Amino acid sequence: MRLPLSEHGYGTHQVVLPPSDQTRHDNDEIPLQKRLDLYRSLQEMRQFEKRAYDLFMRQLVKGTSHLSLGMEAISAGFGAAMRADDLTFATYRGHAHTLARGVPMTPVLAELLGRSNGLMAGKGGSMHLTSVEHGVLGSYAIIGAHLTIANGAAWSAQYRGSGQVTVCFFGDGTTNIGAFHEALNYAAVYKLPVVFVCENNLYMEYTSIADITAVAHPAADRAAAYGLQSQIIDGNDADEVYGTATAAIERARRGEGPSLVEALTYRHGGHSRADPGKYRPSAEVEAWKQYDPIPVYRGRLLRLGVDEADLDVIDKEVAAAVDLATQEAIAGDLPDPASAFTDLWADGGSSWRN
Amino acid sequence: MAELTYRDAVARGIAQEMRRDERVVMIGEDVAGAGGVFKTTVGLLDEFGPKRVIDTPISEQAILGAAMGAAMTGLRPVAEIMFSDFFAVCWDIVVNEIAKTRYMTNGQITIPLVIKTGNGGGLRFGAQHSQAIENWAMAVPGLKVVTPSTPRDVVGLMAAAVRSDDPVLFFEHKGLYSMKGEVPDGEIIDELGTAVVRRAGTDATILSLGLTVGRALDAAGQLAERGIQAEVIDVRSLVPLDTRTILGSLAKTGRLFTVEENPRLLGWGAEIASIAAEECFWDLDGPIQRITTPHIPLPSADSLEDLVLPSADVVATAVEKALQS
Repeated sequence: MRLPLSEHGYGTHQVVLPPSDQTRHDNDEIPLQKRLDLYRSLQEMRQFEKRAYDLFMRQLVKGTSHLSLGMEAISAGFGAAMRADDLTFATYRGHAHTLARGVPMTPVLAELLGRSNGLMAGKGGSMHLTSVEHGVLGSYAIIGAHLTIANGAAWSAQYRGSGQVTVCFFGDGTTNIGAFHEALNYAAVYKLPVVFVCENNLYMEYTSIADITAVAHPAADRAAAYGLQSQIIDGNDADEVYGTATAAIERARRGEGPSLVEALTYRHGGHSRADPGKYRPSAEVEAWKQYDPIPVYRGRLLRLGVDEADLDVIDKEVAAAVDLATQEAIAGDLPDPASAFTDLWADGGSSWRN
Repeated sequence: MAELTYRDAVARGIAQEMRRDERVVMIGEDVAGAGGVFKTTVGLLDEFGPKRVIDTPISEQAILGAAMGAAMTGLRPVAEIMFSDFFAVCWDIVVNEIAKTRYMTNGQITIPLVIKTGNGGGLRFGAQHSQAIENWAMAVPGLKVVTPSTPRDVVGLMAAAVRSDDPVLFFEHKGLYSMKGEVPDGEIIDELGTAVVRRAGTDATILSLGLTVGRALDAAGQLAERGIQAEVIDVRSLVPLDTRTILGSLAKTGRLFTVEENPRLLGWGAEIASIAAEECFWDLDGPIQRITTPHIPLPSADSLEDLVLPSADVVATAVEKALQS
């Protein structure tokens, strides 16, 4: 689909929609229980982030936050394909990636609210979610930096012979920063067990990636230049992501080196809390909503014979879990003021002199 | 006891730690096959092999990102940034990632990492290969900052840096690489955050670091001939900072001078002068004086570089003049 200039704030560009056939993964060999888990995961991410948005509106979440409403299938698919001890590197748009690894909702929500029961007890906030226990080695708020750090975790796994694979998520905007290029070359040179996942939601913050990038597929078109195997997938189809993730992760685990997945997707909202996303033509937004990963996946499950009532039960269970997490998070104490001065150094303190 | 050059001491310190702990690995541009552009990693590849001593592309962000990621997940890397000026290329990884991550994650992630680098002037390399940048690092919460001035200290402080669970920026002074000094046999392990009194005195305290330690000592020799007994302290570690030794000396002598290579504005001497003024004002018998390079990039010509780096003569003159006034 191509939008005329009059309908687009920044000039014409190719709007990349996934192929329209949403039934093509219906017959994939994925156990039904895995599919139900994927559906639950999509619902958890969606309902969690809607709640996070509500809490912004009530001024309970401060600062900023970056939602991935509409992009959940990528986190869900990779989360389902990863081994428990594999490692995730996420961006500041990292709520869904964190939940995908099994991190409970309450500490994530409490962190957004700045409470002592938050994942980092209030020291990180929305953009820095980390749970070492779940292999979530951080969400990074400087574009590009974490690709190089993910390489280091992969190098360490390779050195230790642990068989762990590192999955590193980033957005399309990242592909125009130097660290992206340094990281891809570095990973390929040392054949590191890392999977780079570009969540191409077509907008670099407020600007169409197509308007400021010389190639059509900002990640995949460049990966080959560094010797990485790459592929472009429909990032709104959880089964397509799951299948792709499984293959890429197993490839890395076999010692065959890094690969890159460019997953096409679309965020339903703006870049961050302050952004209503009005630079996007309404026709484009509406077109992409046809590919909302949740109805897409629900439709598949129904075609496969799952009872609508069973899916409704999952929706309600997730809603109850989000409500409970909200209550628990809000009930958390504010952080102990003394904690502002702890854990700069490994000795637990922040002293810089004797 | 063997006499080693400062550059050989760097390799010896790293090798000591690599023998002790197989989690210690070394990466950087030209550090393996070539043994380092300054020959500070000679012999490491032969002894420890290519799995542990790794040549990298010229990709400073990739090098330090890899070092950080490895340090987060069980290794204890030593990464080299060839010239400290190049920190500017990868400052995001150093400041936003390496320095902040432990705090931001509420202590979940620990980063036992050493970044070694050739720092400082005196080799006529010009403005982009001569800067002393330890003050940049000192200003960032979460980085430890060390600068050895002798071959023996190189080994002991390198061992302490590698064994530290915190990220350490290890500033080797390029102008000292060929300096020789006695290094005791066997394992040497120092402690971060310990200054050393290099020469005892009663009339003035001169703080120095890296290259300026030798110059301060030469100045103290000149001053002794003129009847002034200066105490020379080698600060060695800016973070953590041994204020006890520094302020103890000031309490004894009543006069404080700092000798640093940093450009005039906001060098490390400014911070120490501020601490002394706040905490020991009544011990002072006169104004604190900072002897620095002027606030300029370093020039290349030997006559110009010598003019602007603090020399022993400049230090001696400044101290003598201040004490006589």
